[in-house]
Amino acid sequence: MKNAWIVCRRELGSYFTSPIAWLLVTMYSLIFGYFFWNYLGHFVLQSMELQMMGEMAPTNINEEIIRPLLANASFLGIFFIPLISMRLFAEEKRNGTIELLTTSPVRDMEVIVGKWFAATILYCWLVFYSSISFCFLFIYGHPDWKPLAVAYLGLILQGAALLALGTFISTLTRNQIVAGAGTFAACLLLWVFSWVSSYNSAGWAGVLSYLSIITHYESFGRGVLSSKDGIYYLSVIFLGLFFTARSVESLRWRS
Amino acid sequence: MITVHDLTKKYARTTAVDHISFSVSKGQIVGFLGPNGAGKTTTMRVLTCFFPPTAGQATVAGFDVLTQPLEARRHIGYLPETPPLYLEMETVDYLRFVGRLKGLSGAELARRIDYVCDRCAIGDVKKKLTGKLSKGYRQRVGLAQAIIHNPDVLVLDEPTAGLDPRQIIETRELIKGLAGEHTIILSTHILPEVEQTCEQVIIINKGKLVATDSVQNLQARFRGAESILIDIAARAGELSAPAVQQRLEQISGVSRVICRDQQPHGAVFEIESDRGRLVRGDLARFVVESGWDLNELRPAAMSLEEIFLQLTGSAAATASPAVPETNA
Repeated sequence: MKNAWIVCRRELGSYFTSPIAWLLVTMYSLIFGYFFWNYLGHFVLQSMELQMMGEMAPTNINEEIIRPLLANASFLGIFFIPLISMRLFAEEKRNGTIELLTTSPVRDMEVIVGKWFAATILYCWLVFYSSISFCFLFIYGHPDWKPLAVAYLGLILQGAALLALGTFISTLTRNQIVAGAGTFAACLLLWVFSWVSSYNSAGWAGVLSYLSIITHYESFGRGVLSSKDGIYYLSVIFLGLFFTARSVESLRWRS
Repeated sequence: MITVHDLTKKYARTTAVDHISFSVSKGQIVGFLGPNGAGKTTTMRVLTCFFPPTAGQATVAGFDVLTQPLEARRHIGYLPETPPLYLEMETVDYLRFVGRLKGLSGAELARRIDYVCDRCAIGDVKKKLTGKLSKGYRQRVGLAQAIIHNPDVLVLDEPTAGLDPRQIIETRELIKGLAGEHTIILSTHILPEVEQTCEQVIIINKGKLVATDSVQNLQARFRGAESILIDIAARAGELSAPAVQQRLEQISGVSRVICRDQQPHGAVFEIESDRGRLVRGDLARFVVESGWDLNELRPAAMSLEEIFLQLTGSAAATASPAVPETNA
C-alpha cells in the first residue's frame, strides 16, 4: 500500500495547490457558520423566553444545537462530495495522465485507494472546520463530547461512502461536469430513498429505505455507535471501490 | 529485449493490429513507421501493458505483458503521444512523484532526478509549473519521466510531433544519445526521422506488418538495379525529349529510361541500368558527343519515403501526410 500513499499524497498536493480545496473550505465554513449562527440564535432566544415565563431553561445543548446542526452538515456533504470526487479520474482521462498511472508498476487498486483516500482526507478537513463552531459551545457551555464524536464519525463514514461512489462515477467519463452532476444525482437519490417508507410498508419499500444513506446516519447523529450502520457504510465504500476497479479495468479492455 | 509474436488487438468493430510479429535486440533503436491509424499506438500500448492483446504474445525484458504486467512495466519507460504531465505540479515535484511510482526512493531518487534533469536539459525549469512550460520543454520533461527509473526499454510514441524544427533536432539528438543505455522503440510518421535516428525500421499499415529490416537493407532491397538521374539541355534550339529518350535507351547496359521532366530546351531522365553495370561514363560521353549540355548526373538513391509509399500503397500515402514539411 506504499504506492497508494504515493498517489494519495500527490492527489492531496493537487487539491491544495489548486484553488479547489481553499474554495471548498471557504464555502463550507461560510454555510456551516450560518447554520450554527441560526441554531444558536434560536436556542438563545428560546431559553430567554422560557426563563421569562419562569420555566426551566432547556439545558441540553447536544439535543438542541449539535444534533440538528450535524444532521444539516450531513446534508451539506451531498453538495460538496461531487465537487471533491468529480476530478479524481475524469481529469486524468482528459489530460492523458491516466496512461502514466496505468503503465507504472502499480496495481489499479493502489491508485484507486490512494485517490479515494485523498478525497476522504479533504472531506475530513472540511468537516474539521465545522468543529471550530463547536469550540464556542465548549467554551460557554458544557455539551457532552461523546455523542459529538460519534456523530462526527458518522459524518466521515457517510462522506467516505459517498466519495467511493463518486470515485466510481468519475471513472465513467472524461468530463468533470458530467462526473459531478452524476455523483450529485446519485447522492441525492440515495438520500431520498428513505421517503418511500413514510407511506408504503411493502417489503421493497423497506429495502429501498434501508439503502438510503440518511437512515444510517440517524443513529450516529443520536450518538449511538451502531455496528449495523457502520457495516452499511463500510459495504458502500467497498462496493464503490470494487466498481471503480472494474471500471478502470474496462478502460484497458475498451479504450 | 522485445519480442512480439502474432500480436492481434481488436476493438469493438475494427482490428487495429493484425497478427504482427517482430523482435528487437538489446541496445537497438527501432523506428516504428506507419501512416496515421496504422496501429502504432495500439502496439505500443500493448507493449507498455496499458491494455492486453486480444491474441498473441508480447514480452518485454523477458516478462510477458499479459501474465507479468507489473514486472514488465518496471522495465519500461513510456512517453505517450502527449506527455502525461500534471499541469499544476512543479517539474521537480512531478519527477519525484513519477520516480516514487516507479519504485525509487531516498538518495537514489534524488540522484536520478539530477541525472535526468541534466540529461534532458530541463535543469532551468525545475521549479516551474509543468503547465507553464513550452511544448519542447514538456516533451523533454516527458522524456525525463520515461527514463527516470533507468528502464531497459524505452517506448516513445511520436516523440517529435508538434515541435518546431530546432526542437525536433534537439529531441532526436537526445534520443540517439540514449540509445546505448536503453533499447528504444519510437513511432513516427515522419520518414527522415527514421533514416536519421534509427538502425532498424518496422513498417506497418492498416494493422499489418509490411516490412521489418535495417534502414540500409531496406534501401538496398528496393533500389534493385542502379538508378541515375540525368539533366540534359540543348545548347541552342529545342530538345526533343522523346527522341533523346529513344537514343538513351540504345546505350548498352541501360534497361529503362523514364522522362521525369520536360521543357522546351531540356529534359530530366531517370535511367535504370542492369544490375552490376556502370553506365555513368557512357551516359556522360553520349550527351557531350551529341552536342548537349550535361547539367546534372547523380545516382537516385531511393529514399525511405519512396519505399514507404511503395509498401503502403499510394492510396494510404495520399490519405495521410507523409511529407516531413507538414509536420516539422
